[in-house]
Order: sequence, then C-alpha cells, then structure tokens
Amino acid sequence: MSRPEDTLSADVHYDDVEARKYTTSSRIQNIQASMTQRALELLDLPGPSLILDVGCGSGLSGEILSAVPPDEGGPHAWIGMDISASMLDVALQRDVEGDLLLADIGQGVPFRAGAFDAAVSISAIQWLCNAESSETSPAQRLARFFGGLYQSLKRGGRAVCQFYPKNDVQRQMITAAAVKAGFGAGLLEDDPETKNVKVYLVLTVGGDATGGRDITSVVEGMEGVDVMDSRKKGTKGGKGEIKKGSKAWIMNKKEQMERKGKVVKASSKYTGRKRRIQF
Amino acid sequence: MKLLTLNFLSCAVKTCKTSPLSFPLHPKDAELAKDDVEPNPDLLTNILPRLDWSALRTTAAELGFPDLPETAPSPEELVEGGKTVQDLHELLMETQIVEGKLVCGCCGHEYAVREGIANFLLPSHLV
Ligand SMILES: C[S@@+](CC[C@H](N)C(=O)[O-])C[C@H]1O[C@@H](n2cnc3c(N)ncnc32)[C@H](O)[C@@H]1O
Ligand SMILES: [Zn+2]
Repeated sequence: MSRPEDTLSADVHYDDVEARKYTTSSRIQNIQASMTQRALELLDLPGPSLILDVGCGSGLSGEILSAVPPDEGGPHAWIGMDISASMLDVALQRDVEGDLLLADIGQGVPFRAGAFDAAVSISAIQWLCNAESSETSPAQRLARFFGGLYQSLKRGGRAVCQFYPKNDVQRQMITAAAVKAGFGAGLLEDDPETKNVKVYLVLTVGGDATGGRDITSVVEGMEGVDVMDSRKKGTKGGKGEIKKGSKAWIMNKKEQMERKGKVVKASSKYTGRKRRIQF
Repeated sequence: MKLLTLNFLSCAVKTCKTSPLSFPLHPKDAELAKDDVEPNPDLLTNILPRLDWSALRTTAAELGFPDLPETAPSPEELVEGGKTVQDLHELLMETQIVEGKLVCGCCGHEYAVREGIANFLLPSHLV
C-alpha cells in the first residue's frame, strides 16, 4: 500500500480536495471516532479537561472530546494544531468547538509550561518521520515535538498518540524520541498482528507527589504492551521484576487477571475490524 | 481564537523561549466576536489554578475591556456560581479574536489571525 507520508508533505497531501474527501467518508469518521474513544479511555481523565489535539485535522478526533457527557467526566475543551490549512478550513465549516492553530508540530508546541491536562494525537505523528526540508531531519523534528509536548503538559499529565508506523524502525524512532524528551512511554496494540492493527503510544509526564499516575498502571495487564522508561531506579515505574511487555510478563499478567475473573483481552471491543485507514 | 487559548500560548521563536517577554502575546488590530458556548463550571474550576491571571488582566486591558480584579477568583467563588463565573466564562470561553495579529513582546514577530485561526508556521531560521 502506498503511503502519502513517504512522498508528500502533509500540507501538500491534505489539500482542499483531499481534506473534504477525508472528512466526509463515513468509514474514516467511524475509525477516527473509535480510536479517539480508545485514547480517551487510556487518558482516564477525572473530569472536564483542557486537551491538546495534535494534528487535529478537520476535527474528527476533537469532536469526540467535546461530546463526552458530564456523567462520563466531560465535556472537554480542546485546542488543535494542524499544518494543513485545508483541513482546518473544513473544521471551520463544520463549526467544531475546539480552538484551532495553523502550526507544524515538527517546529515545536508553542504553549507555556504545564498548560494542558492531556494531549491526544490520532493518525498524525507518523508524518514527522519525513524531513519536510533539507534544513531539518526527522530526528530533529521529533525532538522538537516531544520536547514541546512534554513542556506543555502539566505534571502528572498524559498523552496518547495513535499512529501508523511504516515499520519497526519508525516505531522505535518515535518511541525513543518520546522517552528522550522525558516521558514514561508504553506502546499498546489493538488487534495485533492483523492488517488493522492500531498502535497507541501512551505517555506520562513524570509523576510527582501530587498524584502523577505512572505508565505501568495505565497499560498494566493490557495486551501487547511494551513499557520503556527513561527514568532510572527510584521511581515507581522502575521496579525491577519481569521486564514489562516480555512474553513472560504478559502471560503472568494474563494469569493474574484470569484468576481475578477479568476479561483479559483489553482490545476485544475493538477487534474484528476488516480494514485499516487508507489514504 | 478564544482568550483562554491566548492565556496559554507563547511565542514559538526559538530565541524567545526563555524570555518572560514572550508571554502573553499582544493582540493588534484585533476584531472580536462573541460565541455562545455552553457553560462548563467544572472545566473552569479545573483550569483556574493554571490561568496566568496577570496576563489575562493585560490581555483584557489591551482589548479595551473593563479592568479585571487584581486577583483571580477563589475556587469557592467559582463554586458559588453567579456573576464571577458568568463573567469569566464570557471572557475566556466566548470571546474570540477573529481577525488581527498577535505580537511577541520579545522579538516583535507578528502571528496573523484569520477566521479565528492563528498562523504559527515559522520560517525555518526562526525555529
Ligand atoms: C489522518 S489526519 C487525522 C486528523 C484528525 N486527528 C482525525 O482523527 O481525523 C492527519 C493530520 O495530521 C496533520 N499533520 C501531519 N503532519 C503535521 C505536522 N507536522 N504538524 C501538524 N499537523 C500535521 C495533517 O495535516 C492531517 O490533518
Ligand atoms: Zn518572540
């Protein structure tokens, strides 16, 4: 399958025609909605929050954030960043509730420190793996993005980035950049080893005394989870037992969960989808 | 752009990151609009401690609004509801800059705002 990410820059790919086509496809609407819901589940926000939507596009992800009812801890307010003026234009026409910025996340995240409770990014950050110009490299753009994202989140905050890595190299490159920026990072896969696998990078900003929740508690017991932690021993996440994400660890967890009578397959609700997004 | 967003945005230019002058950005030739937004008091209560109140006062003054109180309302005042919450809701969530510019007090860079969307794309030498 050809990936537009490999040949075009995002603002060129998402022109007026593509932005409209993308947004009006009910298949895409459904996929983006369910992935955003999954991200919200992983964020586990206690109440109405201020959320950054990274690569918000025409607002298919953001409108899910606005639609969370009060009895489920919403609705949330969101600010979206996107590099495609055409996508933002469609967002305006659809009258989304979030505030919109025309911005390149590879240049950074221009908010003051600790601004957001949380961040989501749905189907966007794989675009950072391509250099936009000869003056920058993917590594540099990823560093600017994750560095800025880390700064802009409050302590104890979380980010969930669903993305489409082209291969293991990209997956590693993205995860390593997040860890380098200071995040606790875990990768979660829904429908692993199928064509419609969905990869979620779950990020936490170093827990502090005031209730930072650690990555290990976010993804604990979930299938296909890999925990990478830049923080060394002494922090809660650095417990030295079985390596998180190893087969043994997962099996162990599964057993524990089964004994407790829990549904083990965290992704059951999301399985069975036939196709993955096609650009 | 909502004034809420303006209270969290700072200049994106590399050399401005460490300067206190790069926040808040200053509206210039701003055209304002007011949207009806469903009140969300729990959201306001959540955000209140993170607001930069003195920056909000600056922004309000620059846009020609009546002076805001010197200190932010207390969480108790927000819980009580009434006029304080209503005012804050209108100012932060309903007031929008639809056209104009946002100017950095450090480097002077002007970010254009069109149809409520601020353009933060920078030429590469400023990143
Ligand atoms: C597949 S769309 C997803 C949009 C939205 N999150 C959704 O779920 O429908 C990917 C979006 O990422 C944006 N994007 C790609 N590279 C970007 C960059 N460097 N900075 C900001 N946005 C970017 C694209 O413009 C596009 O709108
Ligand atoms: Zn500046």
